Amino acid sequence: MKQFLLAVVITAHALLAQAVIETYQFDDDVKRERYQQFIQDLRCPKCQNQNLSGSNSPIAEDLRRELHRLLQEGKSDTEITQYMVARYGEFVLYRPPLNRDTVWLWFAPPVLLLIGAVVILMLLRRKNRTQVTAQLSAEQQQRLSQLLEEDDRLSARDKGDNK
Amino acid sequence: MGRLKLFLPLALVVILGVLFYSVVTRIGSGEYQPEALPSALVNHLFPSFTLPQLEDSQQQITEQSLQGEIAIVNVWATWCPSCHAEHGYLNSLAQAGVIKIVGINYKDTSGAAQHWLQEKGNPYVFNIFDQYGQLGLDLGVTGAPETFLIDHRGFVRLRYQGPLNEKIWQQKFRPVVEQLRAEQQSS
Repeated sequence: MKQFLLAVVITAHALLAQAVIETYQFDDDVKRERYQQFIQDLRCPKCQNQNLSGSNSPIAEDLRRELHRLLQEGKSDTEITQYMVARYGEFVLYRPPLNRDTVWLWFAPPVLLLIGAVVILMLLRRKNRTQVTAQLSAEQQQRLSQLLEEDDRLSARDKGDNK
Repeated sequence: MGRLKLFLPLALVVILGVLFYSVVTRIGSGEYQPEALPSALVNHLFPSFTLPQLEDSQQQITEQSLQGEIAIVNVWATWCPSCHAEHGYLNSLAQAGVIKIVGINYKDTSGAAQHWLQEKGNPYVFNIFDQYGQLGLDLGVTGAPETFLIDHRGFVRLRYQGPLNEKIWQQKFRPVVEQLRAEQQSS
């Protein structure tokens, strides 16, 4: 019985994880697909790291309702995009357009990745070089063998002690 | 010199601590808003609309009512706790006669809103009843409270997301208001 209850609770919890709760009716399948595409490509102005599809804030609900209305009215993709941008600015486009302002947004991550890779390569190469030159000079080697001899003598003497 | 290097982590912690503290206090007072969106309406005409007046549902208001005088348009609702917090400040602004204040009652119920104003005081010259948030959507409103500053020709010149207080007024609004008054004088 306990296991059954646990299963029920877990399932109920999983149902809460739905992204969009409303179901809108559309005249035709093309409009429905455009709707699905739009709610992925538009950002929720309030929960700014989510698109309209994944956000349940009131403003996202309003924008989805508006999107449905615009599609049913027969507006084109460009008109709908312009409608949203005119009210919420370019930021509302989840996939930002490539222009002079957003060129850093698009190219900074791969450029930084490249710089990181170059830095790692350079560090590795330098590490290999220092390992090769980490050898003892002749003088240091002599001193090392002297110290080792002395150490052997001392430990041999200690071993001979009958304590 | 080697000794001094030991104090480097401590110095770093102190510097970062001061930095974080200043950021947190500035966010708390509303000066710094990392999530604020620049309004797409700035330097555009206030969007056209026809909506009933909150105080008298028979009266219809249009964007024409917002022309001719510099004003702030405050988006508020009874379900919004920050609006509760800023209301006192709006009352003091209205009493001091600093600027004309128009309200947009956003996605609210008329009865509750009017009751609220009766209880807490009414700083608004009039209120636009935007029951379904259509005007809010045309304004690019993301929530309440928000305040728009419009010039005498009906153009939006500034948008602030969040509750108004004296600090925000002095820092963000007053300089622009003075500029707008100068513009109005010279026109």
